[in-house]
Amino acid sequence: MDKSEIINVSGMRPEKGKYVLPFLKGLAYTLKNFFSKPVTLQYPTQKTKRSERWRGLHRLNVDESGKLLCVACGLCAAICPPKAITIIPYEDEGGTRYPEKFVIDELRCIFCGFCQEVCPKGAISLTGVYDYVDYNRRDFIFDIEKLKKPETFEFKGK
Amino acid sequence: MAEGKTITLNMGPHHPATHGVLRVEVELDGEIIVKATPYIGYLHRGIEKLAESKNYQQAIPLSDRLDYASASANNMGYCTAVEKLMGIEVPKRAQYLRVIMAELARIMGHHLWIGTHALDIGAMTVIFYAFRDREMIMDINEEIAGYRLTPTFFRIGGVAADTTPDFIKKVREFVKWFPKALQGYHTLLTENKIWTTRTMGIGPISAKDAINAGLTGPSLRGSGVAYDIRKAFPYSSYDDFDFKIPVGEKGDVYDRYLVRMEEFAQSIKIIDQAIENLPEGPVAIDSPWITNPDLVSVQTDISELARRFVLHTKGPVGPDKEVYHAVEGAKGELGFYLVGDGTEHPFRMKVRSPCFYLASALPRLLVGHMIADAIAIIGSIDVVLGEIDR
Repeated sequence: MDKSEIINVSGMRPEKGKYVLPFLKGLAYTLKNFFSKPVTLQYPTQKTKRSERWRGLHRLNVDESGKLLCVACGLCAAICPPKAITIIPYEDEGGTRYPEKFVIDELRCIFCGFCQEVCPKGAISLTGVYDYVDYNRRDFIFDIEKLKKPETFEFKGK
Repeated sequence: MAEGKTITLNMGPHHPATHGVLRVEVELDGEIIVKATPYIGYLHRGIEKLAESKNYQQAIPLSDRLDYASASANNMGYCTAVEKLMGIEVPKRAQYLRVIMAELARIMGHHLWIGTHALDIGAMTVIFYAFRDREMIMDINEEIAGYRLTPTFFRIGGVAADTTPDFIKKVREFVKWFPKALQGYHTLLTENKIWTTRTMGIGPISAKDAINAGLTGPSLRGSGVAYDIRKAFPYSSYDDFDFKIPVGEKGDVYDRYLVRMEEFAQSIKIIDQAIENLPEGPVAIDSPWITNPDLVSVQTDISELARRFVLHTKGPVGPDKEVYHAVEGAKGELGFYLVGDGTEHPFRMKVRSPCFYLASALPRLLVGHMIADAIAIIGSIDVVLGEIDR
């Protein structure tokens, strides 16, 4: 490798450490930061502003009449790396397909966002809800009713 | 030693200073270590085996979880390896975005290192400043990818999405802010007597020994070997950027510290150049059997819809050949050896994890030192167990 592409850090290396001055400098640095605005937030009453692209709990989108956009094609279940999505499709007399069952195991899910990326109908999207808590594992298996309103599961403190 | 009485002590697997679940069995003569044996495997999740049953795209989130302290750098390794296997050239804009994300991940990994390393040796203040600045990178990750620790932002043939105005703004803010913060870390540590006493002359390894042990990354460069994959075998447009490789001389804990501190500065230089010269253009290649067609064309064109179904129910196909591709991760040479067999899954994926070699060098690093110095040495080689055990 060319010499000009190398920095030898030994130049920064002091012969030996000093006792007093670095301590005072360090203390001054800490003191300066002591009077600056704190960067911490009082979670859960205060939360950071979440990005538009946040990958949290899933939502099944509905159209204006409140019907699911999902046509149960199963593409999200096929791409899902941990196989967290289970779909049982149903076809009515008119030939319209919709999911009879659409279950996402939120404990298996790794929130990679591939399902919303591949959905040809834009029927599934990931919301900004990241702090759903509950007492048993059964409640983390989301069915259609729960998936329609993930925002209600946001943790707001007691 | 004259009496021949030694005691055996287990450090870990749940020792806070082993940075994960590393168990080091040390044999002590008084306080001096006479023998050290690292034991690994407590965090084994079978990532290499899992990748064989997932298609090439589905394995991307697995690569995030190798070295979770710097996830995007692993994405870079995996995706560039798959692209080498499939013979794909990624668009320039995607390459630059990848460089930004990978360098931010490197800084993130080094933040975790400096915070915990200093905390182990007794300097408690640094971790708060390190995590304050790490939070800014997490916000950048969140802005562009939607996830903070494991962004999964890379895709085969490009990246997942284009930038947002907020992303550019936040990266520029960070580039402007970080040199000041770095100066703060220097103020707290570099000349401090306690810090120098705990690190200078501790755990030295000669250049020859370091190469023989297979060390790479900052731990090798601390011994004076200027080997960096970004310079030696440039990938993803690294040859466009002007940056330097920091090397030490003595190879002790303090030199490894200085090398990483200088890497902070060099990484921020690369990010600055990449964000200012970000080329226009697509962020992923337009290949029918690799990248996802966009939603509008899928909803209007039946052939695009069919393409999306075939692509995602099967996955991109890897040819029947084998490749090895290495990138410079935060800890060293992160290599992926992929054997394709003409299907959608790799026949075999082997990860050449830098931390594995770092941990295997522990016996020769630890012997002859005090038990308290073991903490400093383990901290200075900066192992992440997620990558060792895979």
